[in-house]
Amino acid sequence: MPSRVNTSAGDTLGGTATPPSRGSREFTVKARSQRQIVFRRFRQHKAAMASLVVFVLVVLFAFIGPLLWSTSPSFMSNDIFTAPDGPHPFGTDSNGIDLLSAVMKGTQSSLIIAVVVSVVSTSFGAIYGAVSGFYGGWTDTIMMRIADLFLTFPIIAIAIMLDNRFQAEASSLWLLIAVLTALFWPGAARVIRAQVLSLKEKEFIEAARALGARDRRIIFRHLLPNTLGSIIVISTLTVAGTILTETALSFLGFGVQFPNTSLGLLVTTNQTAIEGGHPWLFYIPGVFIILIALTINFVGDGLRDAFDPQQTRVRA
Amino acid sequence: MLVYSVRRLLQSIPILVASTFVIFLMVASSVDPMTPYLTKKPPLSAAQLDSLRVKFGLTKPLLQRYWDWLTGLVLHGTFGSSTQTNFHIGQQLGYAMEVTLRLVIGTILIALILAVIVGVTTAVRQYSKFDYATTAIGFLFLSLPTFWFAVLLKEWAIQINESTGTHFFDTLWESSPNPPSGFLPQLGDGAQHLILPVVTLALLSYAAWSRFQRASMLEVLGSDYMRLARAKGLSPFRVLFRHGLRNALIPLTTQVALDTAALLSGAVITETIYSWRGMGLFFINSIEMADPDSVMAWLLVTAVFVVVMNLIADLLYAVLDPRIRLA
Repeated sequence: MPSRVNTSAGDTLGGTATPPSRGSREFTVKARSQRQIVFRRFRQHKAAMASLVVFVLVVLFAFIGPLLWSTSPSFMSNDIFTAPDGPHPFGTDSNGIDLLSAVMKGTQSSLIIAVVVSVVSTSFGAIYGAVSGFYGGWTDTIMMRIADLFLTFPIIAIAIMLDNRFQAEASSLWLLIAVLTALFWPGAARVIRAQVLSLKEKEFIEAARALGARDRRIIFRHLLPNTLGSIIVISTLTVAGTILTETALSFLGFGVQFPNTSLGLLVTTNQTAIEGGHPWLFYIPGVFIILIALTINFVGDGLRDAFDPQQTRVRA
Repeated sequence: MLVYSVRRLLQSIPILVASTFVIFLMVASSVDPMTPYLTKKPPLSAAQLDSLRVKFGLTKPLLQRYWDWLTGLVLHGTFGSSTQTNFHIGQQLGYAMEVTLRLVIGTILIALILAVIVGVTTAVRQYSKFDYATTAIGFLFLSLPTFWFAVLLKEWAIQINESTGTHFFDTLWESSPNPPSGFLPQLGDGAQHLILPVVTLALLSYAAWSRFQRASMLEVLGSDYMRLARAKGLSPFRVLFRHGLRNALIPLTTQVALDTAALLSGAVITETIYSWRGMGLFFINSIEMADPDSVMAWLLVTAVFVVVMNLIADLLYAVLDPRIRLA
């Protein structure tokens, strides 16, 4: 059973040499690339695999669903506040809008916002952190203090203020993405900087320098690729964080506006639905937010374990 | 330790000065005290508007306004003058802060205790049923939107109140409109109003912290000095708490400090849902009234709070780890 050989240190080398065969018993060890190892480890994480499946289903629901379910999320029918049943599986709201189509549309825009924010904030944060850690000294001190400054203000306050400033302007979606990015990049910068601080002392960086590589080449070709594991984990977790923060900002009236919709906006508009006797309007979009955040968090956790070569299993 | 504390204190001054400048620029560019006057009907004459601009100091150059505000703050301890009538920024903000601090400190205390207990237990009993159960619960709380969860708890509390016909939970305000007289009854009244918001925020915060505590405890448990401590024949209790927990607490203190600003954001949302007259309401009102000095005061106070929390974390760090304070 060759698959047994993938614990601890050996597999970080991408496969070990075939041990000398003893007597007639002969076995071979398959060489695996780093990527294969990560995939294998990830597959063994049951919660993460299950979450990945659920998450893919939610994505399909949001992007393929509207093609199959023809009701428009802005069509106001005469069926007001109908409880979930046949023609309206998720019920309808105060305007007679079909909640199923609204949730599809909302999930779609929430996911798009989350992915854009995650990609932009993680890439920017990673490059910023790598540059800061690579140069060290005063550059590092100043760059990291600037990043800290972003964490000094409660993001909610900044959002309320910007909302007041740009109220009527149609660019609210881009503004929302900018605010969320501003919130999430310092975290990425911090983690990547810490890794670069130790990576830059390694021999391969010295070798690259000896070969005449410039700073930029070292950062982009040698340092950043070595932090790829962390970058992937951070970007996954940022997706979950963004979905949750978007809800908070929607509650304060910032971000996606009607007739566009997002999961946060749906929950906000229906915040009194439980008292009003139409609890599904509050529960269903909320469950979708939780579903996305929960599955993404598990996937991120699985990825973290998969990328971490020093997994220790200890008992006290 | 004293030298370390003083040095650390001095280091946080540049950050504060930088943040005052950022605050000033942000507010100057997004909160215009003229807004309510520009849309007045009938419209004000140009001369009236100009005199208002002079009154609000808008005619002076930007840097001069910053300097005036800063010197007023540092030399006289005033937050400037509000554009709202009969509104003393310091007094109003003081009350709002007191209200919000109750929530924030209560949350930090409860969440920390929960996080340490759960984190340590799950690390010691890794891969036990308790570990799997709390991990699942932790991930669930980690994935709940603050606003949604707060509304949910509030609605459930209202339903419990209605179905039992009693006033079991307080779901509105930070204290009763006519608080009972006497110190102790008043304290009890406040505590009763505190329960739901604190539970909301504490459950949401503890989840991440307990994961964090579990990870750092696991790392410590695998270390050589723990093996040595056990080999020396120390009691398991002493090994776990004096040698293990003490070291495993260090990452958590940093994390809690880093989360302060996020916690304040959460507090603003929770407060708004439970109709507390705290920092959240103060800020939203100041923005709506287009009152720049109040907005600046608010941002400054929260920035100071975040910086102070980081300072406390660093000092605790030094208490826990002698290498830092002696370095």
